[in-house]
Amino acid sequence: MKLTLPAFIGRIAFSALAALIGAAFALPLLWFLFAPFNARAELGLAIPDPWTLSNFVTVFGNSFAVQALWNSLIQSVGGVILVGAAATLAAYALSRSSLPGKGAVTYILLLFSSVVSGSAAMVPIFLIVSAAGLIDTHLAVILTFAGGLLPTAMFILRDFIDSIPKSYEESAMVAGASPVQAFFDVALPVIRPGIVVVVVWGFVNIWGSFLIPFILLRSDDQMPASVAIYSFYSEAGTPIVTLLAAYSLIYSLPVIALYLFVSWKFGFRFFGGIKA
Amino acid sequence: MTTEPIIETKPKRRVKNFALLSNRAGAMFLTPAGLLVSVFVIVPFFWVIFVSFTNRTLLGSTALNPEFVGLANYFALFDGSNFFQRGQFGFSLILTTQFVLASALLGQALLGLLLAWLIQTVPPAVKRLTETFVIAAWILPEVVIGFAWFAFLDRDQGTLNALLGTVGLPPGDFLLQQPFWVIVVFNTWRGAAFSMMLFSSAFSSIPPSYFQAADVAGASSWQKFKDIGLPLIRGHIVTDLILITMWTFNTFTPFLLTNGGPSYRTELVSIYNYRVAFNDFQFGKGAAVGVIMMLINLAFALIYLSIGRKKKVR
Repeated sequence: MKLTLPAFIGRIAFSALAALIGAAFALPLLWFLFAPFNARAELGLAIPDPWTLSNFVTVFGNSFAVQALWNSLIQSVGGVILVGAAATLAAYALSRSSLPGKGAVTYILLLFSSVVSGSAAMVPIFLIVSAAGLIDTHLAVILTFAGGLLPTAMFILRDFIDSIPKSYEESAMVAGASPVQAFFDVALPVIRPGIVVVVVWGFVNIWGSFLIPFILLRSDDQMPASVAIYSFYSEAGTPIVTLLAAYSLIYSLPVIALYLFVSWKFGFRFFGGIKA
Repeated sequence: MTTEPIIETKPKRRVKNFALLSNRAGAMFLTPAGLLVSVFVIVPFFWVIFVSFTNRTLLGSTALNPEFVGLANYFALFDGSNFFQRGQFGFSLILTTQFVLASALLGQALLGLLLAWLIQTVPPAVKRLTETFVIAAWILPEVVIGFAWFAFLDRDQGTLNALLGTVGLPPGDFLLQQPFWVIVVFNTWRGAAFSMMLFSSAFSSIPPSYFQAADVAGASSWQKFKDIGLPLIRGHIVTDLILITMWTFNTFTPFLLTNGGPSYRTELVSIYNYRVAFNDFQFGKGAAVGVIMMLINLAFALIYLSIGRKKKVR
């Protein structure tokens, strides 16, 4: 098919517009490509001269900064283990058992999970954690996120399990497996991709979260990176730009890596879940 | 979204319990999730209502022995004498409404729609590059994004002012002069990816033959968009609008850029809630704000679920 001249011009205009919007989205992030590698970085956009890793050396020499990354990891991994395990079991029950009222349970969970957001429920969450004596512990953050992310995780997994034919487990049970064996030995391996998606989604959510750890944690040695980053300010209240830039990049890397992993493995449909 | 509830249609035949999982095992499987969700999602919902009727504070004697104050917290929020003043609840609520309208319904949805349409037709290289940056804005941690924008908008050195300088425009201290529009643009930028991806997958589910037929008839891109694309993804648009409204209404991220300031000019209800509860230590009043936020969330959630339900039944 031969393009007419107006159609050709139209196509170029479309590409130009798309590229322009892309550039506008890139602008606020450009700074992050350069500042972490610039030992004299300021808030302005500047090509490092010379390129250096000295900012990263400084970050890794700062025990508080490293501890915060470690805390982020503890909270994210802890939360994700709970979410993954509990959501898999629950989703399997919702899909494969004939418990009375499970449709209603699903509906109510869905309703509550979208009504009770972190920013609306910060007072009661704080009070519950406080009443349980868990303020300023990793467990507080882990449990809060596990509860908050579970409903969505359960729906994603239940849809996933619904799409798997029951005959897998049925044939295992005909061969003499108990329902629980059929779950662990037959269903679980088939569900694994769904669990991976839920776990990655949960990890990114907890890793990047600010508000919940911000209100539930007090002491420096519990702070995840998202909150600790605010301590990179000088006594005069101005940010220590070199540290912040390098630290932000390190802190973003797991998210970028997981995103690339998911989009390579599954296509990026799955990041659309409800954000806590 | 794949999270709509399915209405169960039970088979009428009385086959002896043909479920793969017995009820007892099913209940056991549900227990851990049930406990966690109850304690951290369902209990907070009811507890916040209870606390909103008390004068509970973070410190002092009312921290341990809060008194029942009836609707006093709500009267304080809706006090007619200062309702619309900066730093009061009414101001926050109106600000948030404007914020949702401008940044979610107009900004994110329109920009997402435009992007989704554009990337259908542009060469793959342009598509990939544009998508990469739009999605990067969405997936990077909010703290990092907040700081990136802080540097971007810096009055003396920021990239934006440098850019304005090259085209001969005067620099501005946008965080001080136009804080509201800053957070609107910020949130549009931050969230457009979701709408783009949703609409883009909706567009790609339309049979290509529709567009080919229109091409043969000599339709322009705008006509194809208006007469084929838009009507066929109406359902997705409704879903998108409700979801981004709820997320934008509840977002706390602008706090990382502006702290709610200067002088309360960007204090969205989520930030107001935080300030009342955790800076002023008035938990009762903060809880009342939480209740109102949840009621608004509930309204949107019910609309969303009823649409999802209709779709499934049809």
